[in-house]
Order: sequence, then C-alpha cells, then structure tokens
Amino acid sequence: MSSTADHIIEADKLTKRFGDFTAVDAISFKVKKGEIFGFLGANGAGKTTAIRMLIGLSRPTEGEATVAGFDVYRQADKIKENIGYMSQKFSLYEDLTVRENIRFYGGIYGLSRKKIKEQTGRIIEEVGLENSAGNLVGSLPLGWKQRLAFAVSMVHSPSIVFLDEPTGGVDPAARRQFWEMIYQASAAGRTVFVTTHYMDEAEYCDRVSIMVSGKIEALGSPAKLKEDFSASSIDEVFVQLARGGAVISD
Amino acid sequence: MLWRIFSAFVKKEFYHILRDRRTLFILIGMPIVLVLLFGYVVTNEFKDASIAVLDNSRDDLSHELRQHLEASGHFHIVADLRSYGDLEGQFKTGKIKMAVVIPARFEDDFFDKKQTTVQLIADGTEPNYATTLVNYASQMILRFQQIKSGAAAAPYRVKVETRMVYNPQLRSAYNFVPGVIAMILMLISAMMTSLTIAREKETGTMDLLLVSPLPPLLIILGKVVPYTVLSFLNAVMILVMGFYVFHVPVLGSLPLLLGICLLYLAVALALGVLISTKSETQQAAMMSSLFALMLPTMLLSGFIFPIKSMPALLQHISSIIPATYFIDLLKSVMLKGNDLSFIWQPTLILTFMLVVLLGLALVSFKVRKE
Amino acid sequence: MRRLFFIIQKEFIQIFRNKAILPMMTVLPIIQLIVLSYAANNEVRNVDIAIVDQDHSSYSRLIIGKIQASDRFTIVEAPLSAKRGDDLLQSGGADIILTVPPAFEKDFLREKTADLQMLVNAINGQQAIVGAAYLGQIIQSFNRELMADAAPRLAAIRTSPQPRIDITYSNWYNADLDYKTFMVPGILGELVTILIMVLSAMNVVREREVGTIEQINVTPIRRWQFILGKMLPFLFIGLTLLAVGLTAGKLIFDIPTEGSLWVVFAFCLLNLSVVLGMGLLISNLVDTQQQAMLIAFFFIIVFVLMSGLFTPIESMPEWAQYLAVPNPIAHFVSVMRQVLLKGSGFADVQYQFVVTGFMSLVFNALAVWSYRKRD
Repeated sequence: MSSTADHIIEADKLTKRFGDFTAVDAISFKVKKGEIFGFLGANGAGKTTAIRMLIGLSRPTEGEATVAGFDVYRQADKIKENIGYMSQKFSLYEDLTVRENIRFYGGIYGLSRKKIKEQTGRIIEEVGLENSAGNLVGSLPLGWKQRLAFAVSMVHSPSIVFLDEPTGGVDPAARRQFWEMIYQASAAGRTVFVTTHYMDEAEYCDRVSIMVSGKIEALGSPAKLKEDFSASSIDEVFVQLARGGAVISD
Repeated sequence: MLWRIFSAFVKKEFYHILRDRRTLFILIGMPIVLVLLFGYVVTNEFKDASIAVLDNSRDDLSHELRQHLEASGHFHIVADLRSYGDLEGQFKTGKIKMAVVIPARFEDDFFDKKQTTVQLIADGTEPNYATTLVNYASQMILRFQQIKSGAAAAPYRVKVETRMVYNPQLRSAYNFVPGVIAMILMLISAMMTSLTIAREKETGTMDLLLVSPLPPLLIILGKVVPYTVLSFLNAVMILVMGFYVFHVPVLGSLPLLLGICLLYLAVALALGVLISTKSETQQAAMMSSLFALMLPTMLLSGFIFPIKSMPALLQHISSIIPATYFIDLLKSVMLKGNDLSFIWQPTLILTFMLVVLLGLALVSFKVRKE
Repeated sequence: MRRLFFIIQKEFIQIFRNKAILPMMTVLPIIQLIVLSYAANNEVRNVDIAIVDQDHSSYSRLIIGKIQASDRFTIVEAPLSAKRGDDLLQSGGADIILTVPPAFEKDFLREKTADLQMLVNAINGQQAIVGAAYLGQIIQSFNRELMADAAPRLAAIRTSPQPRIDITYSNWYNADLDYKTFMVPGILGELVTILIMVLSAMNVVREREVGTIEQINVTPIRRWQFILGKMLPFLFIGLTLLAVGLTAGKLIFDIPTEGSLWVVFAFCLLNLSVVLGMGLLISNLVDTQQQAMLIAFFFIIVFVLMSGLFTPIESMPEWAQYLAVPNPIAHFVSVMRQVLLKGSGFADVQYQFVVTGFMSLVFNALAVWSYRKRD
C-alpha cells in the first residue's frame, strides 16, 4: 500500500477479532489531509474499536494501516506524537483546574514552558473560559467540558485529531458550538476524524463512511451518498443500510 | 406483589455478588486464610530459640550444661563465642535472642566452693519473648543443678496444684476462633454493605431505586439480605473449621450460639447502613468502615490484646465496641458451655446497641429522602 | 525528564485536593500510632483473682496479704464455698481461683508439705501461663518466708550445704522491658507500609474507572515515566510520614534512636519502592477501586500477621518463616527495631537490604510490565 502525499490515514483490510467475535471486519478507506471525515454507525458497530487501532491503543488482528505516514504496528509511539484524541468518556481530570489540565497535558506532550503558557492563553480564549480558568473542571457545564477537552487534545498541534462520539449528551446549541470548533480546526489545516451516531452531524462532514456490523457499507460525500441511495438525508441512507444488514444476517 | 418485587430485588443483589468473582473469592477465602494463619502461624510459643554460649570454662561440666540446654528442644545454640566483646555483634544482626555466659572455673567452683554463677543475657527489645526465654533457661539450669548435686526434694515446700480450666491443652485456637468470627462478620456485613450502598449513590442508581414502588426500608433490607446470608455462612464455616481442624468445641447450645451470631450480625449491618447514609462516595465509606469499625474490632475488642492491660481511656472505648461483648458471649457459650442465665448481661447490651443503631440509621435515612 | 515532572506535579495537586485521602495520610496515622502503641500490649496486669480460704489460719492470711500487695492482681471476692468460686470462673467474674484447703497450715507444719489449688481460665493460653507464673512467684516468696520461719528446724536436718548454681540475668537494649519501646518502631514501620500500599493500589485503577487513563495512553509518554511519576509522590509522602512518626514516637513515648537515622530512611525508601510496586501491580490488575481495596486489605492482613510485629517470627512454623522472606512489613519492622533499639549499623542489616532490593526489582518490573498501553 502506497502512502501518497495527500492521504494522511490509509487503512487496508484492517481487522480486529476478540475470540470468535469479529468487531471490525476488513475495513479499507483513505482520509485526505485537512478533511473532516465522519465515521458513522450504530452503537456497537465497531467504530470505537476501529479508532482504537488507528491511535495505537489496540493492536489489529490483521490488515494494514498507516496514520500520518506511520505504521500502526511498529510506530505507535510516532503516531501518538502526531495525533490528538478525545474519547467518548470525558477525559480531563475533574479535580484539576482548567489551567492545571492544560499545563499537565502540554507537559506530557513535551511542550516547552513558554509554549505551554502560550497554548494556555489561546485555549482559554478559544473556549471562552476567561472567567473560570482557575475553577475545577468538574464544576463546568458538560458542553464547556467537551469543548475544553477538544482544545486540550490539540495542545501539541497535531496534524490529525480523532474524536470518538464527542457530542454525546449535550443540547443542540452546545453541539453546534462544538462543530464550529471542528470547522476552525479543519480551516487551520488539521484533519478531523470524528465518529458519531447523530446522523444530522454527518451532513457537516466532507466525507462519511457508514459502518454496519464491523463492515464499511458506504463511503463518500454526504451529497453523493444521498444520491446513490436516492434518500433525502443521511439518516435515511443509514436506515436503508441497517435494514439491508438485517436482511443479510437473517 | 410487594413480595415479588422484593424477591426480584434480592435476586439482583445476589447476582451482583456472584458475578464479581474476585470479590467473592476474597470474601470466602479471607476467613479460611485468617483461621489457618491464626491457627498455625500467629503464636507466642517458642521452640528452637537461637542462643549463643560464651563458655569461659570449657570443662566437662560446662559441656554437659550446654548439652542439657540443647537437649530440651527449646534452645538451639547457633554461636559459640570466645569473648564478651563478640556478644554485641550477635545481638545486633538479630542472630541470637539470648546468650548464656558460663564463668571460668565452672566445674571447680561448683564442686569445691559449692557455688558458681551463670549469667543470662537476653535481647530485651522483645520483652515477653525475653522474659519467657530467661524463665525457661533458669528452670533448666536449676534442674541441671539438682541432677548434678543429687539432692532430694527439700522439705517445707508449698506445692501448687494448677489446673488450666476450659482449655487444658492451652490451644491458641480457643482464643482466636471467636475473634476471627467477630472480625469477618464485621468486615462483610458492615463494610461491604456500606460500600455497596455508597456505590449505588455514587453511580446514581440509588435514586432509581428510591422511585420504585418499594418502600425505602425494604430497599435497604434487600441490599442487606445477601450479605447477611454470606456472613452467616462464613461464621458457620469458621465454626466448622475450628471444630475439625483445631478441635475447638461448642459446649453450649448451638441454637443459642447461632442466635448470638445473628444478633451481632444485625448490629454490624445497622452500623453499615448508618455509615452508608453518612458517606457520599465509596472512598469515604471505605475509610469510615476501616477506621471506625475494622481497626477497633481487631485491636480494642480483646481479640488480640487483653483489654485489662490497656489504659483507662482505651478500656472505655472498648466498652462501646459491639465485638467486645460478642467475643465474650462466644467464648462463654462455646468454651464454658454457659446458658442464658450466665450471659444475659452482654446479650442485653448488644440488643440495646442494636435498637439505638437501627433508630439512628432509620432517622438519617429518612432525612436524606426529604 | 520534563514529562516526569509534570506527572509528579499533577499527582501532588490531586492528592492534596482529595478530602477523603488527606486526613488518611496526616492525622489518622498519628492517632493510630498512639492508640496502637497503648493497645498492643501483651503485658499481663490486673488479673482478677478470687481466693477461697477454707483454712482461716495465719498462713492463709499471709498469702492473701501478699497477693493483695501485688499490683498485678485484683482480689475480686473471697468466696466462702468452692461452688461460688466455680461460678465466678464460669461467669467471667474472676480469671483465677486460688483455694487454700482446710488444715493447710497444720499440714505444712506437721508433714512439711502442703497443697494449694489454682484454677486458671485458660481460654487465652498465653495470658493464662503468664498469670499463673506471676501467682507462682508470689507463692514461692511466701514459701521462702515460711522456710525462714522453719529455719531452726531445717538446720537440724541439713548436714552439709548443697552445691548450687546462682543465676543472674540482664536484658540488654531495653533493661526495664518496656513494651512500648518494643512496639512503637514496629508499628510505625507497619503504618507507613500499609498507607502507601492502599494509596498506590487505588491510584491507577481510579484513573481507569474515571477514564482519564485512555487520554494518557494516547500520549507518547513511556510506561516507566508514567509509573515513576506515580511512585515518586508516594515515596515522598511515605518518608515524610516516617519523619513525623519518629518525632511523635520520640516526644510521646521517648523511644530510643541508638542507630543511624540514615540507615532507617534509606531502608524505608527501598522498602517503599517494593510496596509501591505491589500496589501498582494490584491497581493494574483490577477493574474497580472496591476490588483494589479488598485485595490490598487481604494482603495487608496476611503481611501484618506474618510480619513478626505482634508475635515473633521465630515462633512460626518453618514454612511460614520462608513466607516471611517476601514480606515487606517483616523486613521493615525488623530493621526499625534493630537500628533504633539496638543501634545496628548498615552491615548488620545488609541481609534485609539485599532481599528488599531484589524484591524491588521484581515487583517494579511486574508493575511496568502489567501496565499495558494497548490491548
């Protein structure tokens, strides 16, 4: 598999099995640099397992993949220096303040003191936390926590960010604010790889892939998918795929 | 209807316990390990104590004395010293616990001057061990003297006939089996109950249960039932192990004994519920159970250390610990074969504690609901 | 190295911000040290005794007076009948029943021997032996007085003096056999070990329960950096607690410090590294804090009971003595006692240093190995 300059993530027949259960079944796709790539699927479709293989938390059973030009088997540490990750479980320390969290993550990514100071100012301003920078993260509303976690996951200016169900449990207004941050990141040249089960969010992506039972069943821009399936929304596309999957498995 | 919900609820609690294999393993394994440890390992008896001999005489009689000491099986001579200066080093590495210093001209003095002096030096850092070693060695040296002088028993003797009652073979199991039961029941009933209730609070599932048709009292009861069963099984298991492995008898009535266990269990459970109503997190519940229940039960109940040797303040604290009375009751019924006429007093105190604790638990639980 | 600094900084902030853990590290160990040192006392005192005097002679009054004078015994009753004496023993009202039989004095003067009867509640065998021994000593001294009384008659029987061996004894390092001097250093070692073990066992699993561990795992941080960053704050806390505890022991109990404190602290450091390795290993292997606590608690009980803290290791069966080799509390307790009470130097305790150093390597390797960044 050739690593071309404009493809920043390439997966080829990537597979993960747990015993008899195949969580991810030979998925192949490419993500272009600077793209917002949506990774869609119902709960349990294998999205999280796939993402964990790409970021070096889980070793693939079979197949190949490179992230930022590094191999997921042998260069997991190199990958980690070049990516940011925000998990579906909220992952900042609730008993540390906003400022302390930023300093900690900046520190373990090896940023210089000056750089950490710079980033702290920038993140606080970007998320709009000027008045609560000294508060414990646990005391912030969930929407703010999520935007802060997103900003912190990019503290080391990675070329790709992986977001695993980043907007779970917040109201539509907070979700819109979050997506504005995603666009900003993308505009700054960052590749965004985002999983979600909110089908309306899929419309905001440059390209989406839809996973059903461990397989990628559709891949393309939202407009093209709607055309292919002659549907009015991605949600309809998804419903058709999910039914089809059910028919096959019967 | 209520009963059906209740039994479903109890079943759910049992599933929780049975599914967490690691926890279950420890809850069952802990009493077994404790009983075995106390039975075989934790003992003050000594044999083969390592001692050194500094023999300044090196004659036949001193040689015989050394053989006499070693033949007993109580002492093991690990070092044969040449000079007084060597003693310090031996004690400092902890190699020896006592040294026997035999004077020069030991044999000559004994037979000619009719008097000689043997010096015993013990490592006093462990006071009881030192006392016991010195006592044993003194007795053996006196025996040796009697053998060598060939003297008949002296006249004008007061003889003492000593009978060790209730435990003639002085088995340590008689003392620790009741203590281990008290500790395990407290650990499982109080600590585990307070933890699981605190956990439901932490994860928010408690609110879910509180809006169910079950009255709060039944909810608490449902949480408590599985642990009651588990701890009761544990108590029986310890009794059976004590009986078959360590020959600890049950002289009194078995129903009375089990009744006492149930009474204490109820007290422990009430304590657990009380702690859980006061603590919001598992960590807090853990800390309170550990320091307010486990340590006092282990240290101040008379299980390991005699209450009578404690300073007055600690004796007062010990008198408000349920385990103090429970252990007393267990020993009384199991080992002395007493019936209720002898033990009504501690039983009454435990019952009183139960009433007070239940009242407190109920009050603080209601306050939370409003 | 700079990354390590940030982990350590974070751990300290979290520890000092946690309201449940802070008192557990500061006030509680000191309270425990004081309470335990007073409670963990195997001395036998205040033995309750009942005396059934069936002789009512000058001799029986003499022995009662002697027992009364001893501060080890409390005479609870002088019952009139043997039956009442048995009841007292049965109800726990008395620990020992001493019976002076009828015609005790007459028998002694006429037959030159006389019997006393002692019934001892032996449920706690150790206490029973010591209590009976104390009463035996009193009776012996009573006997000596009676013999002195009878000396003129005795001299008529004796022809020549028997050869005899006198015994003198001394207790080094703790001449007046103070139990607290013995217990305080050991208890301090035990407390420091337990605290660090519990804290470290709950540490990593807590990050796993909350979910922050995922975030750490996607950073390029190395396993050893993470583990070391978690360990160093606890080492610092352990050493501080030891210093505070030693000061408290000195001020409250006046425990001696014969040997070098450098040896004590050096060993504490090494020993804590073993305990931390064990704690982090537990933390890596369990899923919830509750499991971590239970497992840690289980090991702590086993370690404490087999450590020689309350009963001597020499008294344990041989297999149990081998089990004391990998027991960190056993080594810590013995080093504390030897160095503080006897003034042992590094050379005297090098065995403990070697064994502990080896264990430190093993358990920390296991801790780093078991902390997996990917599955």
